[in-house]
Amino acid sequence: MRERLSGNEAVAYAIKQINPDVMPAFPITPSTEIPQYVSTYIANGEMDTEFIHVESEHSSMSAAIGASAAGARALTATSSCGLALMWEELYVAASDRLPIVLALVNRALSGPININADHSDSMGARDSGWIQIYAESNQEAYDNFVQAYKIAENPGVMLPVMICQDGFITSHGVENIELIEDELVKGFVGEYDPVHYLLNAKEPMAVGPYAVSNYYMESKRGQREAMLNAKHVILDTAAEFEKISGRKYGFFEEYRLNDADYAIVIIGSAAGTAKAAIEQIRKTTHEKVGLLKIRVFRPFPEEEIAEALSNVKAVAILDRSEMFSGTGGPLGAEVTAALYRAKSEAEVVNYIYGLGGRDITIQDFTEIYDELKRIADTHEIRDNYRYIGLRERGRDNG
Amino acid sequence: MISDRINENSPWQDITQGNKLFEAATSREFITGEWRTQMPIHNAEKCRDCYLCVPVCPDMSIIVNKDEKIEFDMDHCKGCGICAKVCPFEAIKMEVQG
Amino acid sequence: MDNMNKPYNFKDHMINRKDRFVPGHRMCAGCGGAVAVRSVLRSLHDEDKAVIGNATSCLEVSSYMYPYSAYEDSYIHNAFENAGATMSGVETAYRVLQKKEKIDEHYKFITFGGDGGTYDIGFQSLSGAMERGHDFVYVCYDNGAYMNTGTQRSSATPRYADTTTTPAGKVKNGKIQVRKDLSAIMAEHHIPYVAQTTFLGNFKDIYTKAERAIYTPGPAFLNILSPCPRGWGYETSDMMEICRLAVETCYWPMYEVVDGTWTLTYKPKKKLPIEDFLRPQRRFRHLFKPGNEELLEQFQKEIDKNWNDILIKCNI
Repeated sequence: MRERLSGNEAVAYAIKQINPDVMPAFPITPSTEIPQYVSTYIANGEMDTEFIHVESEHSSMSAAIGASAAGARALTATSSCGLALMWEELYVAASDRLPIVLALVNRALSGPININADHSDSMGARDSGWIQIYAESNQEAYDNFVQAYKIAENPGVMLPVMICQDGFITSHGVENIELIEDELVKGFVGEYDPVHYLLNAKEPMAVGPYAVSNYYMESKRGQREAMLNAKHVILDTAAEFEKISGRKYGFFEEYRLNDADYAIVIIGSAAGTAKAAIEQIRKTTHEKVGLLKIRVFRPFPEEEIAEALSNVKAVAILDRSEMFSGTGGPLGAEVTAALYRAKSEAEVVNYIYGLGGRDITIQDFTEIYDELKRIADTHEIRDNYRYIGLRERGRDNG
Repeated sequence: MISDRINENSPWQDITQGNKLFEAATSREFITGEWRTQMPIHNAEKCRDCYLCVPVCPDMSIIVNKDEKIEFDMDHCKGCGICAKVCPFEAIKMEVQG
Repeated sequence: MDNMNKPYNFKDHMINRKDRFVPGHRMCAGCGGAVAVRSVLRSLHDEDKAVIGNATSCLEVSSYMYPYSAYEDSYIHNAFENAGATMSGVETAYRVLQKKEKIDEHYKFITFGGDGGTYDIGFQSLSGAMERGHDFVYVCYDNGAYMNTGTQRSSATPRYADTTTTPAGKVKNGKIQVRKDLSAIMAEHHIPYVAQTTFLGNFKDIYTKAERAIYTPGPAFLNILSPCPRGWGYETSDMMEICRLAVETCYWPMYEVVDGTWTLTYKPKKKLPIEDFLRPQRRFRHLFKPGNEELLEQFQKEIDKNWNDILIKCNI
């Protein structure tokens, strides 16, 4: 089914097709449309999900945890400060091993308050124990959402999943999109029949204990195991998804990377601009430039990334969030570590871009590829952690 | 016994997923009677089966048995003495435990 | 609901009702909170299943310390400030799964919080849950301070109480502010059932109110004064006397609000002076030092005013 939808509507449409049991949500720009669309579907009898009009995002995740533990398929949607407010609950959802799905529309964290895209919200939650899957486009946001419960509810995984798309750029931008037939989606996602749940009359269950030091560390190791299991489940799910959609997914997308000397690693919508830059560069200068676009950030596909980058001379890792370590961004740190462990000899540089919705242009990408070439030629990096698209004194800021 | 299956020596693979527990009332295995410094002594002759001591126990340790007589669960009684204070017939006395 | 109309028979209750809160929990000896929980759960009818919720509290760390649960029913603890929202999710899941014919059994939902988790950090979550009309009972076991972390003041702590964050010292006389009247605030949510109770005599008051709270459709709020021997400073054996004095001095009025109508459920024959409630407790010891008579007078004045307000609300 061909349609023209915004990213928010595409995700809401996937929610309608899946028809989960309980959705607590609280409005926050730019994810607000998702609960609005769902509420409208419910009001028109197009789905029978119970919507809980919670009074905050902390309560939306708390109620999702209650509903999921009780045996229901639960979800919520949020952005930015909403995700920050539910921080504590993100950890609880993961450690309770509840297969909740969260539609995250990435937006900069305050302060100052800013409603536009960057990844500071989800990157801050990267250690919470959630699976994180990112989208470049509306199509990917939709496709990822359709795959989410199948990954989350796998018995060897049982972890919450965050389906991320960039605020406004993806969430509000209307694009052509290929939707899957309702029945195919329903069949693909399947019924949720949990083994253990609060409302199981045959077996009382207790959730959320006080666990002393003798147990805490063992339970964290269990979460790690689930994350490791998630790797093959994500790939298996993608393979099954290809059968109903014809669209192929993995941990990441490799774009013109096969023969590339210079690569950019990036997450999210800016990959589209990077691809346009790559085409232009390859056409004009014939430099072999390529892209690795991360789809799955948690679990982190370390070995696979290092393998994909094994033949490049220089890599620029682009982060759309600061982590104020003074040494780079989160994606930069993790990809660099992956390359180090793989004993890669590639030169690595880390850029911060697009904070608070700052545009990144084809010109910016061209500049980065030029710099990668210079670094590869001279082995002189100068500054391995820098901002692009930033106004600076003493620079032409035009 | 839950403690045979999950205890402080259990490897991580034996810890239940998400630290959930799939059975009820396992705390009965934990003997809080060891905390006691005083113990209730029940004088059955003075007791008139009024049961006023039953609901006041924070540890559910005064039980009405099949013969409708009260019994103490000394595995769990913490010796707080609320029961002795509410007894109108002085049928429960607290004694320092040796 | 049929059982609710049966006259209360204490002996029958003691012989036939089952405890669904079980021994082996690690609450302190003489804990009033434990008595509150067992009393409420004993009010469930045998044929009904239940999910018990819990805010982080003394109760939580003592009653589900992995792998030991002190509950016969399913139990969920999530965090400190969200017992209301968490149970909203559980109760909503129940309605959906019923609608989808995945569950046949009848479930009741009861969640417990201390005064910290209820009056303070969990207030927003509780207010939201009650406003939305979820069918569950929120029970506050009110021991008037953050006891789990070592007796810090809460908004339920009475004025002048000596706590570890409002210590009575050379120039300070304990907590400065008056208590938040949470039960009245909950009544103002216009929910079907709100009540205040504590442990008295044959427990008729608490069992009756708990049963009404559980079996009234829609949200219900039950506030139970639950003495804490450690935090208040009295002998563990004195719990029932402390409760009696709280009620006889009108410190803790016993009432219920059914569909907006206030009813006093116990009226002391002769109201005792507030000193009778304060004197046995170490947390008020400084009020009895020479020179502090004025503070006691002030305390009495506040009690009198609150009591009169309640009499007016109850049309007495």
